[in-house]
Amino acid sequence: MATDWRPGAALTALRARAKLLSDLRAFFAAQAVMEVETPLLCRAGVTDPALEPLVVDTHEGLRFLQTSPEYAMKRLLAAGSGDIYQISKAFRAGEVGRRHNPEYTLLEYYRLDVDHRVLAREVAALVSRLLARDGWQVWPYRTLFRQLLQVDPFHDPVSRLVTAAEAAAGEIPDDLDRDGLLDLLMSHAIEPQLAEWGVVVVTDYPASQAALARTAVVDGEVVGCRFECYADGVELANGYWELGDPHELRQRFHADNRRRLALGLPERPIDEAMLAAHEAGLPACAGVALGVDRLLALQLGTRDIRDVVSFDWSRS
Amino acid sequence: MANYSTNEFKPGLKVMLDGEPCSILENEFVKPGKGQAFNRVKLRNLKSGRVWERTFRSGESLEGADVMDHDLEYSYTDGEFWYFMDPDSFEQHAADKAAVGETEKWLKEQEKYEVTLYNGSPLSVTPPNFIELEITETDPGLKGDTAQGGSKPATLSTGAVVRVPLFISQGEVIRVDTRSGEYVSRASKS
Repeated sequence: MATDWRPGAALTALRARAKLLSDLRAFFAAQAVMEVETPLLCRAGVTDPALEPLVVDTHEGLRFLQTSPEYAMKRLLAAGSGDIYQISKAFRAGEVGRRHNPEYTLLEYYRLDVDHRVLAREVAALVSRLLARDGWQVWPYRTLFRQLLQVDPFHDPVSRLVTAAEAAAGEIPDDLDRDGLLDLLMSHAIEPQLAEWGVVVVTDYPASQAALARTAVVDGEVVGCRFECYADGVELANGYWELGDPHELRQRFHADNRRRLALGLPERPIDEAMLAAHEAGLPACAGVALGVDRLLALQLGTRDIRDVVSFDWSRS
Repeated sequence: MANYSTNEFKPGLKVMLDGEPCSILENEFVKPGKGQAFNRVKLRNLKSGRVWERTFRSGESLEGADVMDHDLEYSYTDGEFWYFMDPDSFEQHAADKAAVGETEKWLKEQEKYEVTLYNGSPLSVTPPNFIELEITETDPGLKGDTAQGGSKPATLSTGAVVRVPLFISQGEVIRVDTRSGEYVSRASKS
């Protein structure tokens, strides 16, 4: 059989990709946000137990293909870059599906002196414009769960979360912790309902899911100052009001590594250069990462990013 | 048998779940940007034919099922079992009523069937898409009615009953689509 050398995406999709990239660059140019480049191959990867980097054997030891350019960009912020953005490839081992390709295009950007809510609105406005939608909705994570699933994600006992997860997904792994159950409810029960809602921003996550966001007390609850932007139920962007405290960051990295060990995963080296930049001082800022392939897929009305990537994982 | 991880789950892969052999129909990878990854999997239980939906943590694995499809020749039945022969090794396999199921009405001696063997025993029997069978009983044909529509029931040598055009008569061999149970044409003379 002849080797299938042709691209998986139609040429019209590739033209739309070129247009989207130029629209994004025009958006940032108009607001004097500087485009930057940072290394794809890094000495340290992320400690997040849910992310597996691809490891490259270089002539000078192992390096990690970046899962996002976040750490290097924060070093630029600490060095005084001001508002910056980057459109680059990012890599995540083992993530293949309709909405995932192990190598994908990511837009990452940072704004000084704004919090996650201000940035979330800017992202929602940008996404709404690019998808030709009239507007967007903003929902706190807790309200969304209570409204759609009659579940309180902050206070209901695990048994209640298990019942709701089984109602949504049938039989589920029996060793999921609280955050695992919430993740499952989000992907199996909430996202399908958001499919009808257009552009939706979800804010104020459980503190245990703050990742690199700072935490704050909102209505008497400690929440992670984090947001996600969805369009038609597809997760497009994840943003933080960035945590600047190097000591708390180090603690979170260590906690990640303890969870990795408990899950039987290898420990990851901690990015000391990134922490040193925070010691020197990360300016108050919010940052967001947006999946460009998914945004393009939505623009073109397809549910499968393989339709908009020239050569996906199976063809690369 | 080998173990298969969720990222190796492809449609058609045979795995063991709850002690039952299953065939994977669909596998969808779902993962939030921050948080745990899952695979939503649809499987057909090869014994009961039922479709199961399960959610696995990504990276979990299942044992492969010793399930293989073989092209075997139907030999005969003793009323309790239906016997199929491997034309290369002459090995006989006895399929029970549950394995033969609906295919019973399409069983013709010396015809080849796809027999799914689980641990060496027949689990299911699939007929060829088209099969040629003789009509053993139907109302007399109506001459000159070839252009007109209209059909009548005809009983085939295997016991199956299909609708045939009015001009087809008893003793003729016809070609039938076993998936729909519909008449296709008169058998090609060879």
